[in-house]
Amino acid sequence: MPEPFEPRIVAFFCNWCTYLAADLAGTSRLRYAPNTRVIRVMCSGRVDPQFVLDAFAQGADGVLIGGCHPGDCHYQEGNYKALRRVALMKRLLREMGIEEERFRLEWISASEGDKVRSVINDMVAKVRALGPLRRPAAPAPSRELIEEVIH
Amino acid sequence: MHDSVRVGVYVCHCGRNIEGTIDVREVAEYAATLPGVALARDYRYMCSDPGQELIRQDIRDQDLNRVVVAACSPCLHEKTFRHVLEQAGLNPYFFQMVNIREHASWVHEDRRAATVKAKDLIRAAVRRVRLHRPLERRQVSIHPDVLVVGGGIAGIHAALTLANSGKHVYLVEREPTIGGHMAQFDKTFPTLDCAACILTPKMTAVKMHPKITLWTLSEVARVEGYVGNYQVTVRRKPRYVLEDVCIGCLECIEACVYKQAKVPDAFNVGLSKRKPVYIPFPQAVPQVVVIDPETCIEFKSGRCKKTCVEVCADRKAIDFHQQEELKTIDVGAIILATGFQVFDGRRLPYYGYGAYPNVYTALEVERLVNAAGPTAGEIVMRDGRRPRSVGIVHCVGSRDVHTNAYCSRVCCMYSLKLAHLIKERTSAEVYNFYIDIRAPGKGFEEFYNRVAEEGTYLVRGKVADVYPADHDGRLMLQVEDTLLGMVRKIPVDMVVLATGLEPQADAQQVRRLFNISCSTEGFFLERHPKLAPVSTFTEGIFLAGCCQGPKDIPDSVAQAGAAAGEALALIDAGSIELEPNTAHVLAEACSGCKTCVPMCPYQAISFNETEKKAQINEVLCKGCGTCVAACPSGSIQQNLFEDDEIFEEIAGVLEYA
Amino acid sequence: MADKPKVAFYWCAACGGCEEAIVDLGEGLLEVAAAVEIVFWPVALDFKRRDIEQLADHSLAAAFVNGAIRTGEQEEMARLLSAKAQLLFAFGSCAHLGGIPGLANLFTSREVLATAYPPDNFPRHACRDNGHALELPELFDTVRPLDQVVPVDYYVPGCPPTPRIIQSALQALLSDTLPPRGSVLAPDVALCEECPRKDSRPPDLTVAAFHRPHQIVIDEEKCMLAQGILCLGPATRGGCEAPCIRGNMPCTGCFGPTSRVRDFGGKALSAVASVAADEAALEAIPDPVGAFYRYSLPASLLRRKKNGGDR
Repeated sequence: MPEPFEPRIVAFFCNWCTYLAADLAGTSRLRYAPNTRVIRVMCSGRVDPQFVLDAFAQGADGVLIGGCHPGDCHYQEGNYKALRRVALMKRLLREMGIEEERFRLEWISASEGDKVRSVINDMVAKVRALGPLRRPAAPAPSRELIEEVIH
Repeated sequence: MHDSVRVGVYVCHCGRNIEGTIDVREVAEYAATLPGVALARDYRYMCSDPGQELIRQDIRDQDLNRVVVAACSPCLHEKTFRHVLEQAGLNPYFFQMVNIREHASWVHEDRRAATVKAKDLIRAAVRRVRLHRPLERRQVSIHPDVLVVGGGIAGIHAALTLANSGKHVYLVEREPTIGGHMAQFDKTFPTLDCAACILTPKMTAVKMHPKITLWTLSEVARVEGYVGNYQVTVRRKPRYVLEDVCIGCLECIEACVYKQAKVPDAFNVGLSKRKPVYIPFPQAVPQVVVIDPETCIEFKSGRCKKTCVEVCADRKAIDFHQQEELKTIDVGAIILATGFQVFDGRRLPYYGYGAYPNVYTALEVERLVNAAGPTAGEIVMRDGRRPRSVGIVHCVGSRDVHTNAYCSRVCCMYSLKLAHLIKERTSAEVYNFYIDIRAPGKGFEEFYNRVAEEGTYLVRGKVADVYPADHDGRLMLQVEDTLLGMVRKIPVDMVVLATGLEPQADAQQVRRLFNISCSTEGFFLERHPKLAPVSTFTEGIFLAGCCQGPKDIPDSVAQAGAAAGEALALIDAGSIELEPNTAHVLAEACSGCKTCVPMCPYQAISFNETEKKAQINEVLCKGCGTCVAACPSGSIQQNLFEDDEIFEEIAGVLEYA
Repeated sequence: MADKPKVAFYWCAACGGCEEAIVDLGEGLLEVAAAVEIVFWPVALDFKRRDIEQLADHSLAAAFVNGAIRTGEQEEMARLLSAKAQLLFAFGSCAHLGGIPGLANLFTSREVLATAYPPDNFPRHACRDNGHALELPELFDTVRPLDQVVPVDYYVPGCPPTPRIIQSALQALLSDTLPPRGSVLAPDVALCEECPRKDSRPPDLTVAAFHRPHQIVIDEEKCMLAQGILCLGPATRGGCEAPCIRGNMPCTGCFGPTSRVRDFGGKALSAVASVAADEAALEAIPDPVGAFYRYSLPASLLRRKKNGGDR
């Protein structure tokens, strides 16, 4: 019997707020869904829309960007650039048939370890409900996945 | 070039911290199969000396030229392992750290899922590290001056420590005097030293010190630059009194047209009045009066007789036309010692503060018992009576999820101290209503025992309600005595609220100004709670005292000394190496479209009108990468975060193993 | 004459503009015709498919294929020419990036057909009519650029490629001075470098409001973006000499991205969003996919809309 679908979510976390918040979630031993893979960038302003598109193209079921709250950017305004790109990206992805719940921008400060947990859990639940993105170009199933299916 | 890449992967057990949730052996075995990986090992503590030596030895013996360590957060040990590479003769940036502790083993329970996640993250790191280039750190010189923000005991101690070592210190204080909260206290626990006796010599030392520039009535308005080279703009508010002319004779206060003092005196927490021209307290530093433009008639009407100016006569120390000034200073390091604010008792209306006159905060009682206070040390209540019974309510605004979940750390001890002082002065019956008595300092438990033996009643229970008991003005405290297991109602004359310590009201603005973070409860966030308790995530900015969290005087002083020590270590190094994660323009590729120029908040990007191309000043670049993402032709790259490195990471975490 | 290199021209899903562009070489075309032997060019000369099939593999020096691949027949022809030619050139935006026909990737083939055919009379792959078996090429859901079907050696960008771009490509071929395989035969620098309005862009530009070209009177001297006109020149490979800008119209990106960019639309979007004063300014871009992927949707990282179309 195939295992239930587990979404794969790529998360781009800024070094100064959200990455630290995820560290805090760790030191606080908060438990959350194991579906995200965090890629550290110095600022949410570093997140090139190409990274988001590439993540979806490579098989991600969701993409999460975490940055400092507006006004709190370690680099003053990188998060505002991220916000504008995300606003346009959301419309572009909608046109491309990618559901809104699959792409999120969240402001999570270094002190909000609990928000890391709630955002990730919420996103995983929503993307799980949507099912796999099943992009036409999705790579062939992996050995690991097949093994999991066999077990 | 990739053919010659030999990656070593090291998977740390971190004792049971990682190994308890992640199958480290399986992860290492998997890592060994990845393209480019020459060897993979798991080891109990990678950060230990033998762990580091293991890497160094492998680099030498196995010809490794790239290293991936999967362990804790890079915030903790990235530097450690980069240094290991350096020691072994490799460029330190041929390294990638994988966070499988904070981001995996500590947050997941499912061993299978956590193990798969660790593999995914390591695969991404291996793919990425293959592309890493050798990088050089930039060296910048450090300005030897230091800015200390906040003139409470922490700021004072930090400033003196630095100045005594020969550094020039700017001490900026918002109030008209330094001294902070400590100046308001009567005695200090557990030794019962007089606070003023131990503080005022230090305050005077600040004023006298040739290496300290003291700016009171001043606030930091702007901070620019980077570690070692901060440019700070300080707003100096007018005192309306020339600081270097006034001799503190106080005759102007006497002469003020206000015959009666009418303005609530902040230093005495409103328990006394002052005039529009005043000195905050007798030992204020600087020993100079200040005019409050909000209440001074000359400011309100412009038609005052200015008896103050008359009495000042030839000194001409009073200047109603003084203007705000902006001063810009260069400093290499900054110490923040901005303190705390006292919890506002009105937020818990069931304790009746503000409603019943005989409910006091602890700080008010500090002033009441102080010989220089509004009642000259007599404990006289607002209704003129002397209390025969006093109830001290602990944990007001502390250890309560509705206000502040944290313990304010000082209230138990100062409550016991106040109990002792009240008993000493009035022989009133004193009750302490506590949840737990926390007395974990040197001599604290002994002090607690002493106060208990003096006959102070200790009732374990959280006070639920304070209300008028009868018509003679007494107040009834209702509390569940959890040791007796019954609800008690205890009438007292006076209620004292042991209010907790909170972040300053403007802590968020201050944090933004200095580009640092706050922890959940709003105090400034230290870089690491154990290993870097006075550092912040912004290099060159350090923390001292209660701005980082509630603490008592000894801890504040110790922390201030530590912050001064860190600042000294930074400055005396003379120069600092900056991370090389800056952006650079690929000049051949740049079309000169100028999209990047306004992306940079630090003006690091300029447009070269001769070449018609953008260029980045790497000294000014702070490495956020915003311009890299914006460049429409992919002609800017960021060291350590090159497009291809991140694309490899994306492919790596998603590649099905 | 047998020594002259044999070349073939072919068109797939295209508008004919690329063929026109070759004809537009004018006298230059005569020089080309003199230098090579054209063995296949259906739009201009009467050749049949079997003429190509009969050739030995690799007997063509080069094949120039324009148009995207969206039918079974086009795929077959692409494979055939790939086998026969030593060098395969993707000619024009459609072969290079998918081009305008590539916007069909926002739809399924059924949705595309439904715009022209009544539901009860859809063209079918195979049918019988009066006893005759009839076969139509399959219409795929997904339009592909040439290199998603066969390996492509060189790309001649543009919608259509400009005469200078074509001539320099042919010259490089004939003089054996072609760059490494896989190259796009145009400068690897964005259009702004050669834009006549380059200097008029202020260095600190933020765009408070975007306009579409018909909504304002466009200043003929000033940078398009500085006027709030969505111009993709900063993201688009140069070499075209900016004919659109000279015609007072913005660049729409037909030369595609530089070699350093993997997804033209994503990068162009990033640059545009980054200079927008706020999110509201971006509302005036009604159709992000149409604006940023006008010529390159099939070559983008996502390639097509996720809507069930999988052929």
